[in-house]
Amino acid sequence: MKYDVIVVGGGPAGLAAAVEASKNGADKILVVERDQELGGILNQCIHNGFGLHYFKEELTGPEYANKFIEMLAKTNIEVMLDTMVLDVDEEKKCVHAMNKKNGYMVLEGKALILNMGCRERTRGAIAIPGDRPAGVFTAGAAQRYVNIEGYMVGKKVLILGSGDIGLIMARRMSLEGAKVVGCVELCPYSNGLTRNIVQCLEDYDIPLYLSHTITDIKGDKRVEQVTVQKVDEKNQPIPGTEIIFDVDTVLLSVGLIPENELTRAAGITMDPRTNGPVVFENMETSAEGIFASGNVVHVHDLVDFVTAESQKAGRSAAEYVKNGEAEDQTYIELKNGDCVGYTVPQKIRPANVDKMVEVMFRVRNVYRDVAIKVTSGGEELASFKREHMAPGEMEKIVIPKAFLDKVKNGEITVSVEKVGA
Amino acid sequence: MYDVAIIGAGITGCSIAYELGKYNVNAVVIEKENDVAVGTTKANSAIIHGGYDPIPGSLMAKYNIRGNQYIKELCKKLDVPFKQIGALIVAFEEKEEKTLEELKQRGEKNGVPDMEIWDQETLRKEEPNISEKAIKALFSPNVGIISPWELAIALGEMAALNGVEFKLNTEVTDIKKNNDSYEIKTNNGTVEAKYICNAAGVNADKVNEYTNKKSFTIKPNKGEYYLLDKSQGELVNHVIFQCPNKYGKGVLVSPTVHGNLIVGPNSQPTDGDDVSTSTDGLSFVRNTALKSVPGINFRESIRNFAGVRARTKEDDFFIFEDEENKGFFNISGMASPGLSSAPAIAVDLLKMMEESGLCLEAKKEIKDERKVNRFKKLSDEERAALIKENPLYGKIICRCETVTEGEIVDAIHRPIPATSIDAVKRRCNAGMGRCQGGFCGPRVQEIISRELNIPLEDVPQDRVGMNIITGETKTGGAR
Repeated sequence: MKYDVIVVGGGPAGLAAAVEASKNGADKILVVERDQELGGILNQCIHNGFGLHYFKEELTGPEYANKFIEMLAKTNIEVMLDTMVLDVDEEKKCVHAMNKKNGYMVLEGKALILNMGCRERTRGAIAIPGDRPAGVFTAGAAQRYVNIEGYMVGKKVLILGSGDIGLIMARRMSLEGAKVVGCVELCPYSNGLTRNIVQCLEDYDIPLYLSHTITDIKGDKRVEQVTVQKVDEKNQPIPGTEIIFDVDTVLLSVGLIPENELTRAAGITMDPRTNGPVVFENMETSAEGIFASGNVVHVHDLVDFVTAESQKAGRSAAEYVKNGEAEDQTYIELKNGDCVGYTVPQKIRPANVDKMVEVMFRVRNVYRDVAIKVTSGGEELASFKREHMAPGEMEKIVIPKAFLDKVKNGEITVSVEKVGA
Repeated sequence: MYDVAIIGAGITGCSIAYELGKYNVNAVVIEKENDVAVGTTKANSAIIHGGYDPIPGSLMAKYNIRGNQYIKELCKKLDVPFKQIGALIVAFEEKEEKTLEELKQRGEKNGVPDMEIWDQETLRKEEPNISEKAIKALFSPNVGIISPWELAIALGEMAALNGVEFKLNTEVTDIKKNNDSYEIKTNNGTVEAKYICNAAGVNADKVNEYTNKKSFTIKPNKGEYYLLDKSQGELVNHVIFQCPNKYGKGVLVSPTVHGNLIVGPNSQPTDGDDVSTSTDGLSFVRNTALKSVPGINFRESIRNFAGVRARTKEDDFFIFEDEENKGFFNISGMASPGLSSAPAIAVDLLKMMEESGLCLEAKKEIKDERKVNRFKKLSDEERAALIKENPLYGKIICRCETVTEGEIVDAIHRPIPATSIDAVKRRCNAGMGRCQGGFCGPRVQEIISRELNIPLEDVPQDRVGMNIITGETKTGGAR
């Protein structure tokens, strides 16, 4: 039995990709999800703020997921829950998967879409020194305990990192009666969305310590005391700036890592800047017929953008199943110029571009009054003004096809420059 | 009344229990924590040393050589992860070349087989990622990497299956000598035994002095480590040591038997139970390791930890029967190569106890083989068959390490049951991977709660009291 499209992961990315592939004519579609329900991490995100871009209304995470689960229910898409994918065979486009009911399966697809999402960085990843008592959680793990299992994970809480999940959990823990004593951020700016800083910290009088980090955790069985220090420009702790917090819990919101173990093992080309696969304009990876979208490609700020990107992957997979690969595989490489951390896609095949191509990217630092420059061989193709740019906010530009035709050396550079410079 | 009471269930205590299990001896192991192998045994370099380092004639030299052989046999029989990958002791300057020669001679005197000195060319060929500044190396092929806690757990399990009793959560508070037996007071009642084996590791001097005169002092010494993701696990092919100096065997870089990269340790005097890591310690470990292998990507760190060496100032093991209090045996000062030596020491210790009057009558039948289902290591066909036999093996709980519910349930119901999330981790690797239990921790907690029929809130991270949950939310969530 061969599927047209196998979607690995049933979170927001997988749902959107599967539904869109179905809409665009792919017939036999399978979604493989490791959890016992569809929706992925959205199920534990019970706060609102989802869907403003896509549905033009404010939804909670489960509501947002449910809209797609309902769309999927109206199609003939097959879903396997509680099923773990162990291997992706890049050449045969096989997926090795297993569950309790069906046992060990080798599933074949004409196209695959990788939608495995991302995971949180842990204490070990950032090497926080000190004792190793209970009470140090990643914010997402704590969120699951509180919102899904109904258990509290602490009474007096310090948060490290001002990523969005950390901010959301600051508010959530406060609402549940815990005392959140502060949010500590290594960077001189916050990495979360501005609206979350306001609604989750300021509204609850939770101080934000910028350019600070945790330098020690003390506690025998449970966290008892945490030392926070100010850091210099090189992120080194400054002696004499110690602040001691007596807390029983530390929540970490220190970054997300695309979960690409399957991708790597399949030998698909990776981009060290995104920690995700290198993708073309249609979200195809270096392996023909294998697509990827959502947080597995690069970490997004908003689920709405995950949806849009995954719809593109779904459409492309359906197109591939119908017509195969475009004949002209000539591609333009997107180079990162000044101040740009990465771009997605990394490669554009003009033959596959209809009217225009969207390029997502992040900047390396906080900038004011700048212009995004798109150049090729020293020649400026386009320029977009921005009042404010920050690493915490993903940028999007649209490059018309006409501009791609002007590219001569096979390269486009995206950079950010001070206006007037 | 027991014939023998073993105090401490680390690698030493479990090795003695394993050997005693072969005889008709009524033995008990007393351990203050809720599991075996949770002290120094779980936090060390995870190396079975070659035996070129100890001073010839020392107990360390004798038992390291014997243990190196015996452990290979045990790992095979008891299904404990072990790989003999060999070690390289690397010289970076001319005067260190002399150290290599000395070590080689010392090793040969101790009985280490097949050692070789490699020139720069051979070294670079066999270890392409070694520093360009490395000029020579001593190769000791008999060195291995091991899962140390799994060895202790396996030995403990066999002992338990062969009738040795394990009293966990039982801390010795005092020992009294009666006419021909000892009264061991604990927080969990009094245990009476004719013989005592003091295998209390870092606390061995304290336990000794409950009844005996001071005869040795443990000077705890801490070592801090980095454990890196499997992405770094193939950076080196051997255990890479630098030349030993006054701080010990120095910082090593080695693959682990689980496929990760281990880097460490430093060496710091410490209090008995302090296993905290420090900014300075970790930074020393990082910088020193980069001298051997400049390409280590520390951004791939998944865990830091520290372990405590039960060192003595004499820098040798103390294995003896107390002169005044007959039947009281100390097996102490088990600093490196303690792990490599403990199983061989246990064999000799039984002889010493027999000479002291313990009757060792071999059991007619004993269990001496163990097989653990490790889903990850199976072929596709074996996996399919196992899931058919028990569907719990069809559900992955730990995504990073590919550990199934079947393996976790098995870990919980072993002869020495796993009652904490970390105890499950030590038996089947769930939570050992890159996300460090972020995903599987709560699920493992649920499975323990279900299998042992204890409230979820009472399942600790590791030791008793390391509670994860502090209460219910206002509405009790979606449960």
